[in-house]
Amino acid sequence: MAAPGGVKVKDPGKIFKRLMGIVMKRYAVSVVVVVVCIIVGVLASVQGTLFTRTLIDDYILPMVNNNSRDFRPLLGAMTRVAVFYLIGIIASYVHQRLMVEVSQGTLKNLRCELFEKMEKLPLRYFDTHPHGEIMSVYTNDIDTLRQMISQSLPQFLNSIITVVSVLISMLFLNVPLTIITLFMVGISFFASKTATGISGGFFKSQQKALGSINGYIEEMMTGQKVVKVFNHEEAAIEEFKKRNEELFHSSYNANQYSNILGPINAQIGNLSYVVCAIAGGAMAISGFSGLTLGALASFLSFNRSFSMPISQISMQINFVIMALAGGERIFALLDEEPEEDNGYVSLVNAKRNPDGTLSETDERTGLWAWKHVHSADGSIDYVELKGEITLNNVDFAYDGEHFVLHDIALNAESGQKIAFVGSTGAGKTTITNLINRFYDIQDGKIRFDGININKIKKGDLRRSLGMVLQDTSLFTGTIMENIRFGRLDATDEEVIKAAKLVSADSFIRHLPEGYNTVITGNGASLSQGQRQLLSIARAAVADPPALILDEATSSIDTRTEKIIQAGMDSLMKGRTSFVIAHRLSTVRNADCIMVLENGRITERGNHEALIKEKGKYYQLYTGLKAAN
Amino acid sequence: MERSYEKYTPVEVITTLGAEVKEFWFPSVMTPVSMILEVVMEMIIPFLMASIIDKGVTPGNMAHIRHTGIIMIIVAVMGLLFGVMGAHFGAKASAGLARNLRNTMFEKIQAFSFPNLDKYSTAGLVTRLTTDVTNIQNAYQMILRMFMRAPSSIVIAMVMAFSINARLSMIYLVAVIFLAIFIFFLMGRVTDYFAEVFLRYDDLNESVQENVSGIRVVKAFVREEHEKSKFFEAAGNIYRMFVRAEKMIILNMPVMQFTVYTCILLLSWFGAHFIVYGDLTTGELMSLLTYCMNILMSLMMLSMIFVMVSMSAASARRITEVIKETPVIREPENPVYEVKDGSVTFENVSFSYYGKEKDYILSDVNLSIGDGETIGIIGGTGSSKTSLINLISRLYDVTEGSVKVGGVDVRSYDIKTLRKSVAHVLQKNELFSGTILENLRWGNELATEEECAEACRIACAAEFIEKFHDGYETHIEQGGTNLSGGQKQRLCIARAILGKPKILILDDSTSAVDTATDATIRQGFRESLPGMTKFIIAQRISSVMDADRIVVLDEGRISGVGTHEELMENNEIYRDVYESQQSGAGLSDFDD
Repeated sequence: MAAPGGVKVKDPGKIFKRLMGIVMKRYAVSVVVVVVCIIVGVLASVQGTLFTRTLIDDYILPMVNNNSRDFRPLLGAMTRVAVFYLIGIIASYVHQRLMVEVSQGTLKNLRCELFEKMEKLPLRYFDTHPHGEIMSVYTNDIDTLRQMISQSLPQFLNSIITVVSVLISMLFLNVPLTIITLFMVGISFFASKTATGISGGFFKSQQKALGSINGYIEEMMTGQKVVKVFNHEEAAIEEFKKRNEELFHSSYNANQYSNILGPINAQIGNLSYVVCAIAGGAMAISGFSGLTLGALASFLSFNRSFSMPISQISMQINFVIMALAGGERIFALLDEEPEEDNGYVSLVNAKRNPDGTLSETDERTGLWAWKHVHSADGSIDYVELKGEITLNNVDFAYDGEHFVLHDIALNAESGQKIAFVGSTGAGKTTITNLINRFYDIQDGKIRFDGININKIKKGDLRRSLGMVLQDTSLFTGTIMENIRFGRLDATDEEVIKAAKLVSADSFIRHLPEGYNTVITGNGASLSQGQRQLLSIARAAVADPPALILDEATSSIDTRTEKIIQAGMDSLMKGRTSFVIAHRLSTVRNADCIMVLENGRITERGNHEALIKEKGKYYQLYTGLKAAN
Repeated sequence: MERSYEKYTPVEVITTLGAEVKEFWFPSVMTPVSMILEVVMEMIIPFLMASIIDKGVTPGNMAHIRHTGIIMIIVAVMGLLFGVMGAHFGAKASAGLARNLRNTMFEKIQAFSFPNLDKYSTAGLVTRLTTDVTNIQNAYQMILRMFMRAPSSIVIAMVMAFSINARLSMIYLVAVIFLAIFIFFLMGRVTDYFAEVFLRYDDLNESVQENVSGIRVVKAFVREEHEKSKFFEAAGNIYRMFVRAEKMIILNMPVMQFTVYTCILLLSWFGAHFIVYGDLTTGELMSLLTYCMNILMSLMMLSMIFVMVSMSAASARRITEVIKETPVIREPENPVYEVKDGSVTFENVSFSYYGKEKDYILSDVNLSIGDGETIGIIGGTGSSKTSLINLISRLYDVTEGSVKVGGVDVRSYDIKTLRKSVAHVLQKNELFSGTILENLRWGNELATEEECAEACRIACAAEFIEKFHDGYETHIEQGGTNLSGGQKQRLCIARAILGKPKILILDDSTSAVDTATDATIRQGFRESLPGMTKFIIAQRISSVMDADRIVVLDEGRISGVGTHEELMENNEIYRDVYESQQSGAGLSDFDD
């Protein structure tokens, strides 16, 4: 099965069934009512058409022939027709009203399901799928489904029922004329298939041209300021026009041939009408196969209402195929394996009892404990959260094949500051991503306070680690909301306190609306340094037991960094911290510095020890001196 | 920022878009003409039908049936011909409009100045050039092909009906007026609803977009549930608003059906009377009923067009915003085409991104830089270093005071001439998909390979390029994703010096380059490009300490100017920065 755009769906039947399953799960009753309503609606309109014949043959002609002026029988018949019409109107309204909820409701559920699933997917998924592609599932693919569920499918059903009932009525009226009609339908099918084929080729090249021009637009718009700085505008326009011209040609041709479908179907329909009229007229005159004038009149209106649904079906087929292709992508996302979480140890607020043991509490005590429920006897252990993190023989490969970390071992004692240094790609960020289980290790063990992190619920593990990431993603909303992202129940005062701690307060106050300034588009209006300050404040307000700072201050100038250093130090005080930085000033006072090279720890120790060791760290340090 | 644009009236929007379709006036006129002719042909058919039944079938005149039948076939074929013409012209006019809209917008965007660009998001511009244009293309085609067709179909059907029997046809007149009023009011409401729906739709997509790109942050803070509830609320809103809008739209159908069925019943009832009293034939009644169906179809088509047009109205407005946007920075009337030398003077310069009333982020800057001088600029986050040097190549215009290059106010230069003489390596730089050589030649189209290699040597880019398998022919991915940060920065520097500018501006352009290489680059500048005025913005003292003079900026004001030694002596901020870097042995990364 292939649509004109060259869209291919692997197993359209299966996808269709699954889609219908989703629709039926929630809206089974509505769908049944809709189907009944469609049938009733079609029958009502068919009986109306049939009435033309009754009107002429059974009422008007007898009255004309008998010279009667008694309209009472006709009034009775018309009342009946009117009632049927009324039922038809009500049925079609009910059908449409229900479909609004069925289609919009299904789309809403699909959107929510998609989002829910997406939030559960492992990072690996986002690493391996272009973001534009993921976005397109929510926009393009859902949109094609809307078209299909709310319009194509009911119209399909309507058309099929109409075709069948009209066909039956036609056969009932006159068989030879029905055969002529079917023959003409065959011709029109053939003609539209040819036109679809031609336009299909152009649609394909249109998609290609569209893709090429979209790519070019995106690249140029992203680099627009560079274009301006280099006076490159004219060259860009020239290249753009070239691609645009290609798009124009294929788009014009594709549309031209698909536009032709309508007139072809309509005029062949008219021809069919003419042919039937001539043949029927001849038959009525000669009395062949007992065709009456009234029957011919009815037949001709059936003939007209026959070609309409047929051409509708041929037009809807394209939409359905495109929607199924969209459905395929939606289901592909829904079928992704979610992030696994078999953890059962959870993080709780704790208080110390007089006897030294720990017990759980709802208050925020600043004392945390790992709650360990033993599955064997249901007994509960509380282990105090100290922030001791150890890695043993850890190996890791993103793809399971090419290892980027080898045999990593380290031991961070409670409250220590551990720094990672090394070149881009040495594996610094990767190690921190393993500690919070963004990725799972292939070999070795990572323990948090002696507990294997695989046993800890992912959410609780991550809650215990405040992270300031290399990418400072902010969300649409106020500055206040963005900092509060770190801890949702933080009061305004706590948010401002955190901002002050990391020296973000002063720049925030200079913004037009202060803390209520709305940032959009990932905070594009803020400088990179300001975004990093917000991102640190966000981690600070979370008040986590341990911290991971990945190039947290790389875009903040050294003087500001020095000013916030006090805040950072007090933030890190008493918390186990992992720090990645390319500024030696940031890592110098670490309890232990790990030098990473090609996925291995090659040197470790504090600043003084490493300087004495005269290895890579020493080289870097003295190399800098030389450069200065 | 994205939503605060000027509001354009429908008339302005239509004239703006209309200008783009001028080139295609012929197909734009021919499409409705063809469609009307097609309709005429289609309408003649029921008329001929009546003739066949009344003059052929009833009196048993086979000759008349054959004769009229042939005319009908000719009419149908002509109908097909006009239909095909309509298809051809309609596709051409609408695809042409789309092409012109894209071209005009793209050209316009190229003419935008930095303040204009700041106003639009990249995604917003991309959407306007793609989705919005496609919407307009579809709507225009629909309008050309159907907008004339449907009403003319109604008119012709009415004329035909009236010519058959004027008294009976009064029924249509009443029905059509009733429906027209109804559609008018209904669509007014629906359009408003949809405008709102699409606004919310953008919010929903934004939320997805943010979650896709910020997934690490969401997961790190375990905010999946929080984001989910936010998204569910947004999705619920969309649902409610769509249902509200569609609930209105579907009223269309029953009202339409009610009207048509009433017409049919009235026609049948009065038609029967007319026939019985001999004022109407059965064939004529059938034709009247056929026209009734025609009118219904056309009316439905018309209401569909209204929905489509109202949906594309938002796109039209967004496109108009771009086309009507006036570049803030304009060419002077009698531009100067020569930059004498690389001297730069700032005279009482104050600057604000928001215009005069708002806070100045640069205040009262006075600075005079001689030709060939090397100037270091240092200052804290938000001290307006970038804003200051952006004024030199007129990326932004001063709010007060003036900036002079070569003794002439920058606002007097031909912009191209100015920017050719002032090479600017932006803080947020971009490379484009293509080979390294192609990227370098952005700086100077005519540069030979040797010149490119020389520029790369000075920028210390040659060393890594030559290690690549394909050397200078190595393909760079979009955004330069296959290069490290330091490599990208060095290529950007090479690209900038290739144009042999009089002034070179490096805006934190070596932040990802290690200190030793940074020093080598600066040494290369000194030796190979001695006459060039250079501005170096940096966070590292080491990058600027050997400059002729260093400018220290603090909260938009000059706090000190002088050599390293002088500033160490008398500028507290500078000393602070210096010490902050000394205590930690300065900066480096471990690249390469």
